[in-house]
Amino acid sequence: MWRYTLKRLIQGIITIWFIATATFFAMHNVPGDPLINDRSVTEDIRANLEAKYGLNRPTHEQYLIYMGNILRGDFGISFTQKNRMVNDIIREHFPVSAILGILAVVFAGLGGVLWGALTALYRNRLPDVIIMFLVILGISVPSFVVAAIAQLTLVNLNDLFGFSVLPVAGWGTLWHMLVPSMVLGLGTMAYLTRLMRSSMLEIVNSDFIRTAKAKGLPPTRIFTTHQLRNAILPVITVLGPSIAAITTGGFVVELVFAIPGLGRYFVQAVQQLDYTVIMGTTVFYGAFLVFMVIVVDLLYGWIDPRVRLE
Amino acid sequence: MSDAITSEDSLTRAAGRQLLTFAFFAIAGIALLMVGLAWASSLTGAASGGNNAVDPETGTLTVFLREEPPQLNSSLSTDQVSGSVLGHVIEGLLRYDEHNRLVTAVAERWEIREHGATFWLRQDALWSDGEPVTAHDFVFAWKTGLDPANASEYAFILYAIKNGEAINRGELPTSTIGARAIDDHTLEVDFERPLAYFDKLVAFSTYAPLREDFYLATSGAYGADADKILYNGPFVIESWVHGASLRMRKNPLYWDRERAKVEVIDFAYITSDANATLNLFKDDKIAYATLQAENLNNAMEQRWHIDRFMDGSVFYIEFNHREGRLTANHHLRKAMQLATDSAELVYKVTKLPGYLPGESLFPVWLQGVDGYLREEYPANYPAMDLEQARWHLEQAKAELGIDEFPPLVLLTGDNPISNIQAEYYQQVFRKNLGLDLKIDKQIFKQRLAKMLSGDFDLVLAGWGPDYDDPLTFGDLFASWNLNNRGQYRNPELDKWVRVAQNEQDTKARMDAFGEIQRIIIDDAVILPGYERGVTYVTHPQMKGMVRRAVGPDPDFTNAWIEG
Amino acid sequence: MAELQVRLTAADFEPLHTDQEIHSLSRPSLSYWQDAWIRLKANTRAILSLYIVLGLLAFTVLGPLVWDVDPAAQDVDQISLPPGADRTATIVAPYAPWSGGSVLPAAEGLRLAETPNSENVRLLWDPVPGAASYSVYRSLFDVGEDRALGLPLVDLFGADAVRFEDRLDLSPRTYHYSVLARDADGTELDFQTLEVQVSRVITAEQALERGLIDSLNDVQIGDEVLMPLHPFGTDYLGRDMLSRLMHGARVSLFIGIAAPLLYVLFGVFYGSTAGFIGGRIDQALMRFADFVVALPFLLFMILFKIAFGIGPGESGILPMLVALVLLSWPATSRLVRGQILQIREEGYINASRLLGAKNGYLVVRHMIPNTMGVILVTLTFAVPSAIFTEAFLSFIGMGVAPPTPSWGSMCNEGIKTMLTTPHELIFPALFISITVLAFNLLGDGLRDALDARMRSTE
Repeated sequence: MWRYTLKRLIQGIITIWFIATATFFAMHNVPGDPLINDRSVTEDIRANLEAKYGLNRPTHEQYLIYMGNILRGDFGISFTQKNRMVNDIIREHFPVSAILGILAVVFAGLGGVLWGALTALYRNRLPDVIIMFLVILGISVPSFVVAAIAQLTLVNLNDLFGFSVLPVAGWGTLWHMLVPSMVLGLGTMAYLTRLMRSSMLEIVNSDFIRTAKAKGLPPTRIFTTHQLRNAILPVITVLGPSIAAITTGGFVVELVFAIPGLGRYFVQAVQQLDYTVIMGTTVFYGAFLVFMVIVVDLLYGWIDPRVRLE
Repeated sequence: MSDAITSEDSLTRAAGRQLLTFAFFAIAGIALLMVGLAWASSLTGAASGGNNAVDPETGTLTVFLREEPPQLNSSLSTDQVSGSVLGHVIEGLLRYDEHNRLVTAVAERWEIREHGATFWLRQDALWSDGEPVTAHDFVFAWKTGLDPANASEYAFILYAIKNGEAINRGELPTSTIGARAIDDHTLEVDFERPLAYFDKLVAFSTYAPLREDFYLATSGAYGADADKILYNGPFVIESWVHGASLRMRKNPLYWDRERAKVEVIDFAYITSDANATLNLFKDDKIAYATLQAENLNNAMEQRWHIDRFMDGSVFYIEFNHREGRLTANHHLRKAMQLATDSAELVYKVTKLPGYLPGESLFPVWLQGVDGYLREEYPANYPAMDLEQARWHLEQAKAELGIDEFPPLVLLTGDNPISNIQAEYYQQVFRKNLGLDLKIDKQIFKQRLAKMLSGDFDLVLAGWGPDYDDPLTFGDLFASWNLNNRGQYRNPELDKWVRVAQNEQDTKARMDAFGEIQRIIIDDAVILPGYERGVTYVTHPQMKGMVRRAVGPDPDFTNAWIEG
Repeated sequence: MAELQVRLTAADFEPLHTDQEIHSLSRPSLSYWQDAWIRLKANTRAILSLYIVLGLLAFTVLGPLVWDVDPAAQDVDQISLPPGADRTATIVAPYAPWSGGSVLPAAEGLRLAETPNSENVRLLWDPVPGAASYSVYRSLFDVGEDRALGLPLVDLFGADAVRFEDRLDLSPRTYHYSVLARDADGTELDFQTLEVQVSRVITAEQALERGLIDSLNDVQIGDEVLMPLHPFGTDYLGRDMLSRLMHGARVSLFIGIAAPLLYVLFGVFYGSTAGFIGGRIDQALMRFADFVVALPFLLFMILFKIAFGIGPGESGILPMLVALVLLSWPATSRLVRGQILQIREEGYINASRLLGAKNGYLVVRHMIPNTMGVILVTLTFAVPSAIFTEAFLSFIGMGVAPPTPSWGSMCNEGIKTMLTTPHELIFPALFISITVLAFNLLGDGLRDALDARMRSTE
């Protein structure tokens, strides 16, 4: 177990190095110039700016310096948010994205299991039909359309009630989180519902359920200990990668709902060619993703004893 | 058989009950989790919103920022959002009032001579830590702005001061700056060359004061956070949560306390999403919102109070005049000029009231001798004339020795408005001249890089004023101007720009601008598109919000809440 | 235990006569694919979605042949028209600047100088005593008690500024114009309103240009013509939505189908190589795949997209395709490798080997058919995700370059006008939804049909 964990961690570190290198060279090959601005500046000032950000050195030297800095946990200063450390940007904005992501995953996970189980139980009856219809919608409508419509619905809802039932945009309180995280988790929830449904149906017909019934176990026991628990396993497998995907994929929701998350910064940084912020966020997100996958793998081994690690 | 069904049903029912319990726990769990996360997020301090747009009880006005201010160091900041924020919290020697007249601020009175100026500072102007604002603070700020080590992008605006340019180029030490504090409250400035509009320059934020001891104590991070700025304006920044909100409170130490009418200005949202701001406005969460053409009908349906103003900038197609480029050909440019109709662009494509069809490099609001420059010197822009346009095109073909024009490259940014325009122009030139345009859509920095290196034929560009004098537009196409990205070279135009720069007599200067305007139209240096207007809605209880072309915009200093 | 006596005779060793009945199969022998096809046909949903997919392909490929309208052709006189809008237009003389005169009988107060049309509305009013400026407003709705004046069109200064020509985005409908007089201090003095019914007009030249008439002599001023038909309405530049949807389908479906095809192919090649060779090389190849999997997908999608850049006049589909392929192949390769490793150990492979099958035969007869199911299913599920990726990139402004239409960019444009002209959002969104749904259901069906083990119990 420990050896396995250690091995995975070492692999993870190599992966992060790979990500950092890939980002660095992809970014430095982007045509364009991060130091240009609306008002042109003289050659001398430009040289000063280049020196400030270390862009006057050859690329491979910049790479070595950058890697050294990353090792010390220093992502440098932002090009556009002058005088702000990239570390500060990540520290201040990642928690927002993470909270949004965690909530979305929880919504998706719990919702997926619940709806999936329900649809399987009421197969081909009304609840099944309704839920599956919603699931289809969740899968097939692009998230930015869903987000825009959700916001519009909120406005009209508040208008209808005459007071603010739920905030339309912004961040800070409990109520700000609710709708954005649901929108963010919707696609995954729909996917998990389908997965849960088919996995439930498969298990209903399996031998051990029949045995359990034959043994005369109470239906409640059969359902919880046998059906649900076994049906959840594939859901958990999928959940791991989706945590990372959701957390790093929150741009749309962050943009639409004016949430100060890291995703927004990344999009902005790319448009502004803010080298340090691009590097910082990519490496950080990459590390986060790698870490989450390791955690989920370990967790999986713990939940399902049949899975031997390694 | 029937037995089996009952057992199946009982299983379903039991399972249903189980699921209900599960759902209950799930919801309870989520609720608990949310409370926990809300608490956690309050630790990070990223809170925004909650208030209503206006709160007469506490005198709080809630609005939004289009984007996060990149930095609030007045000597280095370049963008409009920072400018708007700084206008509330920092005060220079002079400022623009609500009628856009230049009035006294830190300076009590001033005198401008041919070769210099003197400002007498008021005694009661204080920094937010209680220290008086002195003439030394201005000298230090200007040195900071000019110091090549700081690489300020707006240093050029300080070139009016003697030795400014040489200091900025690193040829002279900062101590040689032509500005000195005679005493704490008298500031004397020498000009590099005679200058008629220095009073207009000092209203710009690059000219705002910085206190040396405080500035140095922040060790290079001045303006990066709310506590790393010293304020002397009508408001102070109470909190600045990056990316989320910025909150201002009335400055108790400000010398003209009556001026600020609201207690708190809460920029509670930072978003550029037009739908989001409009939804927030509809939800009574912000006191104003900008309208896009798409939202106009909805705004009318909601019976909102709609306003508009000209933001002062002009937008146009800039040609690449570099040698060897097809667009360096006068006839080709003339043909394109005569094949476009900016009225159609404004009335049918941009569709916003407040936009004016472009005719000149100079926008209509610029002051001339007695009235408006554009009234005294009409643009006389040629009307669309396809026959003549095609004649010019034939001439161009003959001069260039080609039978057919290869597609020209139209460089454009990645924002939706320029995309629409690019598509529109593509169609116009194809239809009217049989010219093909290739749209080259690039992100901001890539577009600028291509403009600078001359990798385009035409580019959708625009220019906003830095100060309230026609020269802010007038010198744009001077051969030495770094922002002349099409590298237009014309000694005659250069001559008139020099006149406009050096002449003291207003009439002579305005004549020079008239000549510059004529050359730009006659030689089709640019194709004017439009003068931009902004259409916006305001909360019925909020009054006195100031929008302006030059200076901080929007300005809530004079805003008050009614009722 | 009783002893059993068996007495064998020579007749017992005679071969049985060949019994035709036993050896003839009740049904003809089915190949793997035939069997899969039958199972797929039994699945109504899958078949339906297969028809939808075929229909979409026909829409994309054959559609433009039937509906031959240039998707880039703009018509600034027919902007954001909903489907089924009135198409009649009256022929008028070309636009000429207004001299300020009036052809309509003189009246009191705010009045029209000429018959209002979609080119211009010319307003006149009487000077208000003491007025220093006038502001003209326009609304789609009644001004009412709350004085909702609508759009501020212009501020005119001077007491004699008593006329205004409105040309801003006029469409055939009713407008409520108001003129507000102010004195020198800005105090509101007087206020007049006029309801104006605007009708659509077109000049003979414009009609000729659009092919509505054959020559300028065919029509006279005042005649009515029918504007071009736009069954799905028009977009923000007056372009035909149906044509744009068809051409947009080319981009969206191309990305949706070509990208998965390419990366699945590459993934299959990579994965099967790794699985086949095994050992150290397998380990190395798979570690590399792990690295690529670990790249944050959307972040790198954006990064690659701009790193490759779009040249002038290019649509940017190719860089998007390359980025998608570069980032998406590892999933398939891992899946295929797993399958190959698994199949290698299967009993029937061993049996086949024992019977003397060569490697080549094993690959063609056993490995490929058995992995094909997984590959096909992956492919169908990859289509929706590629289409979504394109739409997402369009949303953040990094999609295809104009004027190339794509469903994603059309959706993104449509969102802005969601409230006033919903058809600009609904149609592209609907097409995305239908495509995604069809491929999802087809994928489900294929999974059930191709791989009995992966079958969901439906």
